[in-house]
This record gives sequence, C-alpha cells and structure tokens, in this order.
Amino acid sequence: MTEPLTGAQSLVRSLEHAGVDVVFGIPGGAILPAYDPLFDAEGLRHILVRHEQGAGHAATGYAQATGRVGVCMATSGPGATNLVTAIADAYMDSVPIIAITGQVGRAMIGTDAFQEADIVGITMPITKHNYLVQDSADIPRIIAEAFHIAATGRPGPVLVDIPKDVLVEETTFVWPDRLDLPGYRPTTKPHGKQVREAARLIAAAERPVLYVGGGVLKAQASPELRELADLTGIPVVTTLMARGAFPDSHPQHLGMPGMHGNVTAVTAMQKSDLLVALGARFDDRVTGQLSTFAPGARIVHADVDPAEIGKNRVTDVPIVGDAKAVIAELIEACRAERADGTTTDLAPWWKQLDAWRTAYPLGYDEPADGSLSPQYVISRIGALAGPDAIYAAGVGQHQMWAAQFIAYEKPRTWLNSGGAGTMGYGLPAAMGAQVGVPDATVWCIDGDGCFQMTNQELATCALEDIPIKVAVINNGNLGMVRQWQTLFYEGRHSNTGLGTRRFIPDFVKLAEAYGCLGLRCEKADEVDGVIEQAMAVNDRPVVVDFVVGEDAMVWPMVPSGTSNDMIMSARDTRPNYDNPEAV
Amino acid sequence: MPRHTLAVLVENKPGVLARVSGLFSRRGFNIDSLAVGPTEDALVSRMTIVVNVEELPLEQVTKQLNKLVNVLKIVELDPTASVGRELLMVKVRVDAQTRAHVLESAALFRAHVVDVATDAVTIEATGGPDKLAALIAVLEPFGIREMVQSGMVALARGGRSITGGERLRPAS
Repeated sequence: MTEPLTGAQSLVRSLEHAGVDVVFGIPGGAILPAYDPLFDAEGLRHILVRHEQGAGHAATGYAQATGRVGVCMATSGPGATNLVTAIADAYMDSVPIIAITGQVGRAMIGTDAFQEADIVGITMPITKHNYLVQDSADIPRIIAEAFHIAATGRPGPVLVDIPKDVLVEETTFVWPDRLDLPGYRPTTKPHGKQVREAARLIAAAERPVLYVGGGVLKAQASPELRELADLTGIPVVTTLMARGAFPDSHPQHLGMPGMHGNVTAVTAMQKSDLLVALGARFDDRVTGQLSTFAPGARIVHADVDPAEIGKNRVTDVPIVGDAKAVIAELIEACRAERADGTTTDLAPWWKQLDAWRTAYPLGYDEPADGSLSPQYVISRIGALAGPDAIYAAGVGQHQMWAAQFIAYEKPRTWLNSGGAGTMGYGLPAAMGAQVGVPDATVWCIDGDGCFQMTNQELATCALEDIPIKVAVINNGNLGMVRQWQTLFYEGRHSNTGLGTRRFIPDFVKLAEAYGCLGLRCEKADEVDGVIEQAMAVNDRPVVVDFVVGEDAMVWPMVPSGTSNDMIMSARDTRPNYDNPEAV
Repeated sequence: MPRHTLAVLVENKPGVLARVSGLFSRRGFNIDSLAVGPTEDALVSRMTIVVNVEELPLEQVTKQLNKLVNVLKIVELDPTASVGRELLMVKVRVDAQTRAHVLESAALFRAHVVDVATDAVTIEATGGPDKLAALIAVLEPFGIREMVQSGMVALARGGRSITGGERLRPAS
C-alpha cells in the first residue's frame, strides 16, 4: 500500500476507498493531473457535464436520491466559482456532497495567477468544512475526513481544493484506519430524559401536530415516523424538504405547510397546542411572520444540529439527536405513557381538522382563457408516473404545484431546492438522480425560466445514456415573479415575460438539437398521451414542452412577511376557520 | 448590550481565524475585540473574543462556532471570576515642562515608559478596559500622538484549567 504514486493517483485511489462510483465534473488546467488516473479508474465513472453548476446539482440530485455522498469536480478559478451556486444550494438543504477543485501550484497561490481564485475563502460560509491540501501525503486523510464530515451529523457540502503541484508530486498512499477530528463530534443519540419529557407533552396534548422536516429523510427515519404516527394518532405535516417522508395517502397526513401549503396543514399548526418538530428548522417560509406563528403551541424540537434548536422559536423541550434515533426512542417513551393510561382523546381535534380538510381541499380553477392548466399537467404526470418515479423540480410556480399535486408515497422521490431556491436546479439534479438510481423513471418538472438556465446538460444526458424526462411547464414567464407582480405590484409585469410561448427558443427543436426526443402539448386531452409517449422512450432523454396558460397562480398563499393566520385559500379569499361552511 | 468574553480553543491550523471571524460577521455580530495566540499545547491556539450581544443571540453564535470543525472548545468567562487584560502603548507629546507630569501619571497607573524622545514618550500599560480608559483620559490633555491597543486576553481565576480533563489536542 505504500508504493510511490502521484498525488493525483492518491486522490483517485482515495475516492475509490471512499466508495465513490460516479464523479460529475469538467477538467481544466489545474485539475488536469487528476483526470489522467481517472481515465483508467475502473468502477469510477466520470460524467463530463457542460457547466460546473450542472456537476454540483447533479452531485446533489445523486445524493438526495440515493442517500450516498455525491461528488463533483472542477478546475481552479472559474471552474471552481461555477460550483459556488450548487455548493450554496447543497449547504442550505443539508445535502452531503464533496467538491474537488484544482488550484494553482503552491508557489503561485496569492499571486493572482491565471485561473486563480481563493475558493476555500469563497466557500467558507457555504460549506460544512473545506480544505486546501498543502501536502500530497495528506490527500487520503483529507478525503476520508471530507466524506465523514459531509455524511454525518447534519449533512452538508465539503470542498477539497488541491494545488496542481500537489497532484503532480510523488507521494505515498496510506488510507487512515481511524479519523482524528477532535472538534467534530456530532450528537446523534438523544437524551433520554428529554425524550420522556416530549412523550409526556405528547400524551397531554389536545391539538398536537408532527412537524416533519427534511432531517427525517436524511436520517432514513420514515419507517419510525410511520410507527410513531400510527401509535399516537397525531396529524402529520411534511415540509417542502420532507415531501415523501410520510405517505401522502396516509389518512393522518395533512400535507405541506408553509407559504404555499394547504389551508389545513397551515391552520393545524397555527391552532396547535403542541408542535413536535422532527428534523425541521422553523424556516420563514413555514412559519410566516414568526411572532404570530403557532401562538398557542408548546414546542418539542428534535434536530441533529443543536444550533437549529431555539434559533427561530423558543423551545420547550429541546432534543439533540439523529431523527431516526430520536423517533425510535420517542416511540418507546410514548408506549410507556400509553401503558400508564395517560393519553388524550384526539377525536375533537380530528373533527376540527377534517372539517377544514373538507372545506379547503387543494384545488385549482381551469384557466378562463381555455389554455392548458399547469396544475392539471403536473397532476397527470404524478398520476401516470406513479409513486415509484423520482421527481426533481426547478424553482417557482411549477415547483410548488409539483409539491402540491403529485402524491409522494416514498422517501427520496421528491428532489428540489428548498432553502436556496436555485432556479436551474431541476434538470441537473434529475440527471444526478437518474445516474444514482438507473432503473427509476426520473421526471424533471421544470419551468421555462429554470430550464433555460441549465438545459445544456441535455447534451450530457443524451451522450451518457441518462434518459431523464423533462416536463417544461412553459407559461412563457418567470411565473412566480409574475404572480407577485400581479398581486403586489398592481399587475405591472416588469421583465417577467420570456417569449417562450412564442417559441423563442423552440424547446422541441432545442431538444432535438441535443439528441433528445422533443414533444409538445397544448391541449388537455393530449396530456396523457404525451406523457405515455415520453414514458415509453428510454434510449434518450425526452423533453415535453407543455404550453400552459400564463395567468395560473399558486394557491393557497401566505403573503410574504405576514402571519400564517392571513393565509388566502384563493385570490381574495380567506378561510373562515370557525365556520368552514361559510367560505 | 451586555459584554461577553469567550475563550475559544481552536486547532492551530491555517485559516482558522478567518473561519471564526467570518462566522461572527456573516451572522451579524460585531466583535469588540479578538486576540489569538499560542497555548501550552503547540497544536492548540486560544482566542479571546469580546462581543456585545444579548444572551439569546450569544447562545446562537456559540452554537454556530461549535459547529466549526477546527473549534475545540468554547467557554464563556464570568467577568467576576476571571482576569482580563489588554495591552496599551501610547505615544504622548511632552516638552520640558510636561515631561515630569506625564511620567508621574504613568507611574500612578503602574505603566512603563518604553521609549523616550525629546518631544514624546511612549508608555506601555496593561489592565482591564476601565483602567486603560482612565489612563488615556489622564494622558489626553498632554496630547496623544499615536496609540495602539491589543484585544483582551482573559483567564478564569482559580486552579482549574479549561483544557483540563478532556483530550483536546489532535493527535500528531
């Protein structure tokens, strides 16, 4: 194991030891030495993307779909800075990815050399940790540490910047048999006393809600969550990052809370007397105006990151721990409470919730102008592709509709950019997911704005046999921005029209130019046929240009910065909670 | 806002100061003073960070600091149970008439003269912020030409060590 090799060979061998099977990247000057041994690496597939941002999001999509660490690679300077958006995105959504970047030679660092950028400095605020490798002998240790840090505790991106001469010089390879990170000790096992206190509150609560966040998916805790819900009978809401963590078909599932959550999920939290937050972080898009969020609720907050607890909302029972371990212990503690006979009848709460559910179901109006309804298109994709498909969305109206109108039954079937809200995330993330789960049907639900930010990766998909399906929900506009202009800027649609409904560009021709199958659909009665046609093609990617109306809006909506109590179930319509019949 | 003094033990590695100071600024905290230097353990550095911040945001920034991989331990020092010192060097204008007064003022504060010129003396003093502010106030009327002040360094009183009992140092 100690025969001499280059730093680059040591890097590739380290990636193999870390269990990497795929790397998304683009070579360039400083990273070039690493691409030579990569050429020969068996069992380590490199996928050549068309833009580094695509590599980053692909690594994220891969990680979100598989639960494994995603890897992307780029050269120094602009190669590295092109990864920045994707790294920031992964940081906001706690996705474990490793970014490996080339750097100018050690002697050149700090001289404003060609393609030099201080990527360690640039990514300090958007990585869980990062490294500048100073000595080729450190490569195996640093790669091992990077994977450990990315994947454990609260996951997140780790960047490893390697100067070119470090890759070139001769070194030895010693894979560390243990890691020594004295400042990194994530707490995963919850404190038993806190868990018992949480169970006591649960047993006493009259209007409890399980507020489930993305941490439950990361901890692979869906089976435990299901058991806890079944045991306690408590209603469940799943945030945008947690869609799929709990089956949508489960009768206790109230759906998604938040700015575009459904009325029942939002209102249940507002009226709750106990929120049990599991791997959630009280994000502003969920809480609305913080001071009026769930005013009567006591808070149990379980998270693997102690810094999230009490950050936005004062917590009554803090629990630091991995969601899987927390929920497993909570189940035992709740059982013990029930064995003692201490439970509260939730029937009145459910009566209330069911009244809201009946009065304010999710729905949409058909466009008055007879155009194709985007919500209909998305719900049909969900219905025809089913719960085994993986859905990746861009950011905007189509993302919200995909979160609302597709029924998620399984973990890791819904991928999106929640925290950062990165337009252009969807297509490369779908690409990464398809590489990680080759047998799955992967749909990218994209907008015409998002699609134009990263669609060059269609070339990657076509050449690398990555048969994703892209549904461009083409309303010809930056739809969500346009919606805000309609609602809050007197309908002054400043710079939101994209011309894509006038076919500039023509997405069908664009798809064909990239070696994909291009389809177009403009009528409701053609939607199912086109989706089935797309699903039947697996030898190349498919792009469907769904030309939809431009006036459809995402409802319900809590206007930004206002209280969740001000939720509008539709335009100018506010629910009447006390008398749901009198809408 | 209340003043808090944090003793932060960090791994002695390049870039750690930037990680720590960057975290304060991007989370919206102003550092009053920051001093960093070696400890009894060559692999561990110690920062003394003084911030003006309420209790709740302090807890948040401490938790965020704890998440930095290179941060080993954070202890908030109780001002009544710790000793904090800053170093001041001040160059004061003097002439034949004022020189004696300036030197007398320095002596009252147990400060030392570290450099003498015909038209100025440089005085070195250590102490808490109040003492140094008082010294500056006394010297001000003579004319302060230039001054420099270090961040605070602080240690808890008593025999206990914040490094004690736990293995902090990374294995070499």
